[in-house]
Amino acid sequence: MTDNDTPMPEPNGHPDQGNETNANEKAYWSENIRLLWTLMAVWFVVSFGAGILFRGFLDQFSLGGYPLGFWFAQQGSIYVFVLLIFYYTWKMKRIERKYDLDD
Amino acid sequence: MSTQTLIYLFVGLSFSLYIGIAIWTRAGSTKEFYIAGGGVHPIFNGMATAADWMSAASFISMAGIIAFAGYDGSVYLMGWTGGYVVLALLLAPYLRKFGQFTVPDFIGTRYYSKTARVVAVICLIFISFTYIAGQMRGVGIVFSRFLDVPITLGVIIGMAIVFFYAVLGGMKGVTYTQVAQYCVLIFAYMVPAFFISFLITGNPIPQLGLGSTVNDGSGLYVLQKLDLVLQDMGFGAYTDGSKSMIDVFCITAALMVGTAGLPHVIVRFFTVPKASDARKSAGWALIFIALLYTTAPAIGAFARINFVETVDQTAYAEAPEWFKNWETNDLIAWVDKNDDGKMEYRSGDAFAGSPDFTGETGKSGERLIANEINTASENEVYVDKDIMVLANPEIANLPGWVIALVAAGGLAAALSTAAGLLLVISSSISHDLLKQTFRPKITEKGELMAARIAATAAIVVAGYLGIYPPGWVAQVVAFAFGLAAASLFPAIFMGIFWKSMNKEGAIAGMISGLVFTFSYIAYFKLISPETNIAANWLFGISPEGVGVIGMIINFAVAIGVSKMTASPPLEVLKMIDSIRVPRGAGDASVH
Repeated sequence: MTDNDTPMPEPNGHPDQGNETNANEKAYWSENIRLLWTLMAVWFVVSFGAGILFRGFLDQFSLGGYPLGFWFAQQGSIYVFVLLIFYYTWKMKRIERKYDLDD
Repeated sequence: MSTQTLIYLFVGLSFSLYIGIAIWTRAGSTKEFYIAGGGVHPIFNGMATAADWMSAASFISMAGIIAFAGYDGSVYLMGWTGGYVVLALLLAPYLRKFGQFTVPDFIGTRYYSKTARVVAVICLIFISFTYIAGQMRGVGIVFSRFLDVPITLGVIIGMAIVFFYAVLGGMKGVTYTQVAQYCVLIFAYMVPAFFISFLITGNPIPQLGLGSTVNDGSGLYVLQKLDLVLQDMGFGAYTDGSKSMIDVFCITAALMVGTAGLPHVIVRFFTVPKASDARKSAGWALIFIALLYTTAPAIGAFARINFVETVDQTAYAEAPEWFKNWETNDLIAWVDKNDDGKMEYRSGDAFAGSPDFTGETGKSGERLIANEINTASENEVYVDKDIMVLANPEIANLPGWVIALVAAGGLAAALSTAAGLLLVISSSISHDLLKQTFRPKITEKGELMAARIAATAAIVVAGYLGIYPPGWVAQVVAFAFGLAAASLFPAIFMGIFWKSMNKEGAIAGMISGLVFTFSYIAYFKLISPETNIAANWLFGISPEGVGVIGMIINFAVAIGVSKMTASPPLEVLKMIDSIRVPRGAGDASVH
């Protein structure tokens, strides 16, 4: 078996290598990355933060019969995860349209 | 109709439904066999992903684990759902845009290397087989308890069903059967949950019931009552775990990242028409999963309350029927330490290990065991965590059709996951090893035949592992996640987000992550299990959570090596540019 000879599949996209397209794609990509940082921060805070690291502190409050930290660990984080994905889907569609890169 | 007749009826009906769907959706091409033609609607794909994902472990074991672990059970809840955020945001849309058939496809192409592809195939097969053996075992348990057939026959029936729709239908057949299986399993999970939540709290919605007061007149909240009752019996508080914070943190992280790196889950997102559909579909999948995952902690808590109340201080002679049923199936045992005929349920093990029945019965009619009695604890009851979900309807005295539904649901959960795993194993062999590596000249027809043969072989191996489970299977199923987190996830992630990652870096990273994680787990679980205590663990991280360290090692090695070697060729850089924008995803066939 020799290495380095896997044929490249035809790129599916349309990377016509004009500079304008490149600048456009770069701007699109960095906006995506900024959005990802924000959303992943929320993801981290509701699960690792509220459900684990600060659970002891949050447990002094309660939500109905749930200690708050316990609620985040077994219920709340999951609800936020669902919202995060749908928000990302919605926001990305707008960003893609803005740069005319949607599918 | 008797409960037994209802069980046969429900299971029979669900099986004919799966077979009917398989006949209706036969795969005619490799594209249909591998990725269902790429034209699955995002909501259907969400359901299929949910069924694919929720295995026998989620359906049968998870609520039971939470019932006995309390807060510590949160690692599974957060870990197995948070992974979908990682998947939807960081991997799925890009992999869909890439538009090929398998996970090793992506790694092999992105890292322009057959070696990388083969390493990825090895990781994939390793992860998938550890996972699948547990599914066939779940099928066996459900069959033996509910259908009164020996475990071996149960596994063989399960294999035959999976063979039928996975081998004939490929991904297309599996997708639509999984949609049906999701409906069966979620219905089967929710119905008893509504009943039990209503019985205990007066509120039928389990997610709200868990935060409500118990309707026994005490005015206590469910969780308060559990804490009080359990502490009285010498257990720790339910809302307070016994694992260290760093361990909880690392296990959760390993499960999250591992979920995002599981090949049979990733490949589901290759089946939707567009990159943006992959995101949408992950969102739907998580909604469908969250329904079960937010219910499980409620079922766990209610089951624990019910169990304590019906078992503790009850005379064995008056024990409810379900108690004796599960005792007959070896999953419950009672040893009358103080010779009073009553069952004392307390903290601590009743005896060492799992029950070793002598075949004789004691004074009260209980099955005697030969295990060494643990005199340090007053506890007299042994209970296998896995029975809680299956026994719950009986414990709560629900009607026979609910019990029958749960049996059909457990089978749906195990079979759907098994089928998904079999497919990724077979496609990695026929597509990645044969077509892309060793037999590039194979025809499409030949490749399709190879895929079917590989799927058949994988079913036989999985069935064998289910019938004769090697001791290590149960021990390592949970570790599939650690291995996925430490091997495949970093390679895929950097392939998308780190342009200068090259093949040398990726290969070195995957191998070092896999070897480190595997050795750590093997050392504590297989080689010297007696040293498996917190004091000996690296930074206090248990083998369950060590995948995170493996992942960090993978990243570090990959980045270090890539800095010292040549950067990837221009065409690869162009490919990365192309997968980063959604426009122009490959065509899809509508069905």
